[in-house]
Amino acid sequence: MPNLNKVDTIVKSYENMRTPLIYILKDVQNEFGHLSEEVLTQVAKTTRIPLSEIYGVATFYSLFTVKSKGKHIIRCCNNAPCHVNGSNEVLDKIKTYLGIEVGETTADGEFTLEYTSCLGVCAVAPVLMVNEEIYGNLTPEKAVAILKDYKMKGSVHA
Amino acid sequence: MHRFHILIAMDSHTIAQGARAVKDALVQDLTLAGLAQEVRVVETGTLGIYGKGVVMVIFPDAVYYAGVKVEDVAEIISEHIMKGRIVERLHYRDIPAQEVRVDEKTPRIGKQVRVVLKNAGSIDPESIEEYIAEDGYEALGRALTEMTPEQVMEEVKKSGLQGRGGAFFPTGVKWGFAAREKSDEKFIICNADEGEPGTFKDRLILEGDPHSIIEGMALAGYAVGAQQGYVYIRGEYRMSIQHMQMAIDQARKNGLLGKKIFGSKFNFDIEIREGAGAYICGEETALIESIEGKRGEPRNKPPFPPSVGLWGKPTIVNNVETLANIAQIILKGASWFRGLGTQNSPGTKVFTLVGNINNPGLIEVPMGITLREIVYDIGHGIPGGKGFLLAQLGGTTGGILTSEHLDLPLAVDSLRAAGAGMGSGALLVVDDRQCVVDLVQNFVEFFVHESCGLCTMCREGNGRLLELLQRLTTGKGVAGDIALMENLASTMMRGAFCGLGQAAPIPILGCLRYFRDEFIQHTQGVCRAGRCKMQASDDTAAA
Ligand SMILES: Cc1cc2nc3c(=O)[nH]c(=O)nc-3n(C[C@H](O)[C@H](O)[C@H](O)COP(=O)(O)O)c2cc1C
Repeated sequence: MPNLNKVDTIVKSYENMRTPLIYILKDVQNEFGHLSEEVLTQVAKTTRIPLSEIYGVATFYSLFTVKSKGKHIIRCCNNAPCHVNGSNEVLDKIKTYLGIEVGETTADGEFTLEYTSCLGVCAVAPVLMVNEEIYGNLTPEKAVAILKDYKMKGSVHA
Repeated sequence: MHRFHILIAMDSHTIAQGARAVKDALVQDLTLAGLAQEVRVVETGTLGIYGKGVVMVIFPDAVYYAGVKVEDVAEIISEHIMKGRIVERLHYRDIPAQEVRVDEKTPRIGKQVRVVLKNAGSIDPESIEEYIAEDGYEALGRALTEMTPEQVMEEVKKSGLQGRGGAFFPTGVKWGFAAREKSDEKFIICNADEGEPGTFKDRLILEGDPHSIIEGMALAGYAVGAQQGYVYIRGEYRMSIQHMQMAIDQARKNGLLGKKIFGSKFNFDIEIREGAGAYICGEETALIESIEGKRGEPRNKPPFPPSVGLWGKPTIVNNVETLANIAQIILKGASWFRGLGTQNSPGTKVFTLVGNINNPGLIEVPMGITLREIVYDIGHGIPGGKGFLLAQLGGTTGGILTSEHLDLPLAVDSLRAAGAGMGSGALLVVDDRQCVVDLVQNFVEFFVHESCGLCTMCREGNGRLLELLQRLTTGKGVAGDIALMENLASTMMRGAFCGLGQAAPIPILGCLRYFRDEFIQHTQGVCRAGRCKMQASDDTAAA
C-alpha cells in the first residue's frame, strides 16, 4: 500500500511553479516506481486536475510509465544512424539472450527491454542505455557482456 | 602557476566511452605524484574528435591523445608530464590543421569556421569566468548600456540570420512580431528539445557553451520586451540540464540575470523546463503545450506564438543554435555575419555527420559548402571501401540526396530547388551495403512511434505505410503497392495537421524517386543488399 501522503508533499513543493504537472508526475514516478491508478487518483485529488487529463499526460510521454518495470531498463536505439550501423543485430542478440521482446520484462524482474528515442551520441552508434548509463560502439557480443555485468553486480553498477 | 593544462573532452560521446573514469584516474594519479599544483585538469566540451574513445589535449604542447583508457593514465603522466616524451601509441594526429583566422574575428579550422562552436571544447563550460574571458556577456553589456531594443532587433534583422530549428524563418522578423504586441508579459523560449535522430548539435552547445544561450536569450528578451525565459530541454539530456542549470546560477550570482542587469532597467530571468520524452514537443506549439503541463499536441496556427504563445502571451521560440549566434552578431556586427556563408543564407551552419562515415561528429561550416566536401574532406569518406548510396539531410523527415547532388552547394535556396532542406542539420550518410526499402521502413517506424495521434492523416497514414513496407521487406509485396504508397504519401503531405505529418512523406517520396528500381525488385522478392528476409511469395497474402 503506497504512502499517498508523499503525493501531497510533492504537489506542495511545486506551489510556486506555473503549470507543474509534468514535474509532479516525474517526482511521483521517482517515488513510487510507476504511475499506478491509485497514485494518479491522488495526484488528481491534490492538484484538482481531472484524472482523465492526468492519465492523458502520463500515457503521452515516453519517460512516464503506468506499468511496473524491471530492475534495469534497457533502452535500445534503432533510429536511422544506429540502424545503418547494425543496431538490429544488437537488438536481436539481446532479445535472444533475455528471451523477451521489446516492451517486455524478464520473468525474474531483472530487465525490461524498450526502444529509446535518439540519444544524440550517434558518432558512437550503435548505442543503448541501461538505466542512466549510455554505451556506444556496440556489437552484439559487447551488448551481451554489458548485460551480464549488470546481472552479476545487481543494482550497484555505476 | 600551472605548467600544464590537460583538457579532457567531457561530452556525451566521450562519456559513453569512459571519459569520467579516465578523468578521475588522472586527478588521482596527479595528486599521488605530487603534481596537483602543476597540472590543471579541465573538463571541456567536445574537442571535435568523435568515435575515437576518450580524447584529451595537453597544453602548452597541444598534443592530442585519443582512445585513452584508465590503464594509460600512469604512462601519460610519467612520460609526457614528467619526461616530456609523447606517448606515440595514443598520439592522435588527425586533428584539423592549426587554427587560423579567416578574418580578424573568425577562427577557421580546415574547412570549418567556428562561430557558434567557438568556445565549445576550448573553455571550461562550468566556469563563467572563462566565458567572460572570451568576450562573453560583452554584447549584452553593450546592448543594455549603448543600444535601444530597436537597435538590437535591427542588427539581427540586418544580419539575415535565419532560424536554425529547421524552418529557417528570419529571426529578426520573428522578433519584430512579438515586439509590437502589447502585453503585461512576454516570454523567450529556447527550444532545446532536439529529438531529431542523428542530431546532437544543440546538445553539444548546451554542454560546451551554455552561457552563449543565456546571453542570446537575454538579448532577445531585451529586443522584444520579455522578462522571463525558459529553456525547454529534453528530459534525456541530463548533462545539458546540469550544465545549463549551473550556468544560470552563475549568471544570477554575477548579476547577469535578475533585476537591473548592467545597471539598466532591464530585468530578465531564465528557468529550465524539462521534457518528458516526446519527439513532437520539438514543434513549437506542442512545446508550449508541454510547458503548460499538457499532452504535447500541436496547436492550430495562426495565431502564431509571437502573438499568442505560452499561457496565451506573446512568445518567441528559437532554437539553441539560433540563439548562440545572437551575441556575436551584436558584438561583431551584421555585416561581419553577412560576410560568412552565401548571400541568401548568411552565417555558418552546424551539422552532425552520422551514419556510414569514417569521421563522424559535429562540424561547423559556412553555408554553401558542398556535400562532397563534407563527406569526403571533413568526413574522410565511407568506411570499408564501400560506395556512397545516399545522404539524408535534416533528420528523419529530411530530403534525400544522391551522388548526383554531391556538388550541390548546401544553402537554403539551392537545397529547396533540389526538393530538400537543411532541417535540423543532421547529415546521415548511407553506404551501398544498405537496402533503401529497409531504410524507408526504419523511417516510417519512427513516424509511427512519434506521431502524437492528433490527426488521422499522420496517425493512420504512417501506420498504413508501414504495413505496405513490411510487405515489401518480407517478399509479400505486389506491383500495385508502390503506386499506393505514393498516393498515400502525397495525400498526407497535403492533409496532415502539423509539420510532422506533412514532412514525413518527403524521404519516402525521395527514395521512391531515386531508387524506384529497388522498390520494384522487392515486389519481385529480390533485395539487392540482401538485408530483407524474403519469404517465399504467397499470392494470397497480397490480397
Ligand atoms: C515535428 C517537428 C519537430 C521539431 N523539432 C524541433 C527541435 O527539436 N528543435 C527545434 O529547435 N525546432 C524544432 N522544430 C521547429 C520548431 O517548431 C520551431 O520552428 C523552431 O524551434 C523555431 O526556432 P528558430 O526560428 O530559431 O528556427 C520542429 C518542428 C516540427 C514540425
